[in-house]
Amino acid sequence: MSCQEYKELMMGYLDSELDEGQRERLEQHLVDCPECYRELEEFRKLKDITDDVSLAEPEDRLWEQYWGSVYNRVERGIGWVLFSAAGILLLIYGGFKWIEEIIRDETVGLLLKAGLLVLIAGAAVLFVSVLRERLYIRKRDRYKDVRR
Amino acid sequence: MYIYMCRKGLMAGLVFDERLLELEKLGVSEEEMTLLERCRRGSKEAFEVIVKRYMKDAYFVALGLVGNRDDALELSQEAFVRAYSNIDRLNSKWGFYPWFYQILRNLCFSHLRKRKVRGNQYIEDTVGDDFRDESDGFAPEAVAERNENKDRVWKAIGKLGEKHREVIILRHFQNLSYEQIAKNLFCSKGTVMSRLYHARKKLKGLLDSEKGGQHE
Repeated sequence: MSCQEYKELMMGYLDSELDEGQRERLEQHLVDCPECYRELEEFRKLKDITDDVSLAEPEDRLWEQYWGSVYNRVERGIGWVLFSAAGILLLIYGGFKWIEEIIRDETVGLLLKAGLLVLIAGAAVLFVSVLRERLYIRKRDRYKDVRR
Repeated sequence: MYIYMCRKGLMAGLVFDERLLELEKLGVSEEEMTLLERCRRGSKEAFEVIVKRYMKDAYFVALGLVGNRDDALELSQEAFVRAYSNIDRLNSKWGFYPWFYQILRNLCFSHLRKRKVRGNQYIEDTVGDDFRDESDGFAPEAVAERNENKDRVWKAIGKLGEKHREVIILRHFQNLSYEQIAKNLFCSKGTVMSRLYHARKKLKGLLDSEKGGQHE
């Protein structure tokens, strides 16, 4: 084993995480290698000063109100989902009714009606195309679960 | 028929025992499995038990990662909200906490990146590049029974990279064993040991350089 590997084992040694065999091997190496022994002592000091730091306990009030805040957020989240879904449905319905009214209105020129229909058709093609591309990438992207 | 039923019952018992043993090995209690099943069916009472069980761990991990109390509270609560809305994706045999921990750490890291970008922008706009300090968001008030030494260590922890800081927090502030850290980080015990070595080496370097700077 190299010194570098023993140095990593030192962490387990300081944190009492080594098994008997690993501990004995490291202790033997420390007898033979003053450099590693010196580094172990430095890490021991560092561990002591780091162990000395602890995080401040917040007031009890924070724990008492914790679940209430989480619950309110969950509830609001559900509220937003319902609100958004209803909003989208109403917009689609309203849009559909509006277009239907224009198409049926005899005072509106044919060119405007045709333009509107082509616009809707174009938007639909774009939507389907983007959606299909997204689904295709999602299905085949081997790195989709990799956090960027 | 009776023998068949007995055998079937015995087999079911064995399968059940094996499942229990497997869960025990993974550190997941039967009670937690039941709670998670209830959460999946939409029970807020069951989720309340889960939140109350893990809220302190969540808050202190977030505090260790982002360094100030308001952000830690906000991020830990947000992680629970996200966990609840994605509870269907949880494989309950792994238990709640390691899965939840992934949500929490991703939220904290993403928050830190945004804070860094905002901070860098502010520093560049006001005092210039030379004054950038990675530990700016690490409030000294987060430390209990403060003194100069503890403040120095806390500030140095704030300067560590995400993964190094994380392993220091889990080991020193959460007092987790290597096995528990490995379970939360979905890595091996060897990786934990190696990461801890590099983290402590870096931390030591930061403390030494600061000490050197003070003596100059």
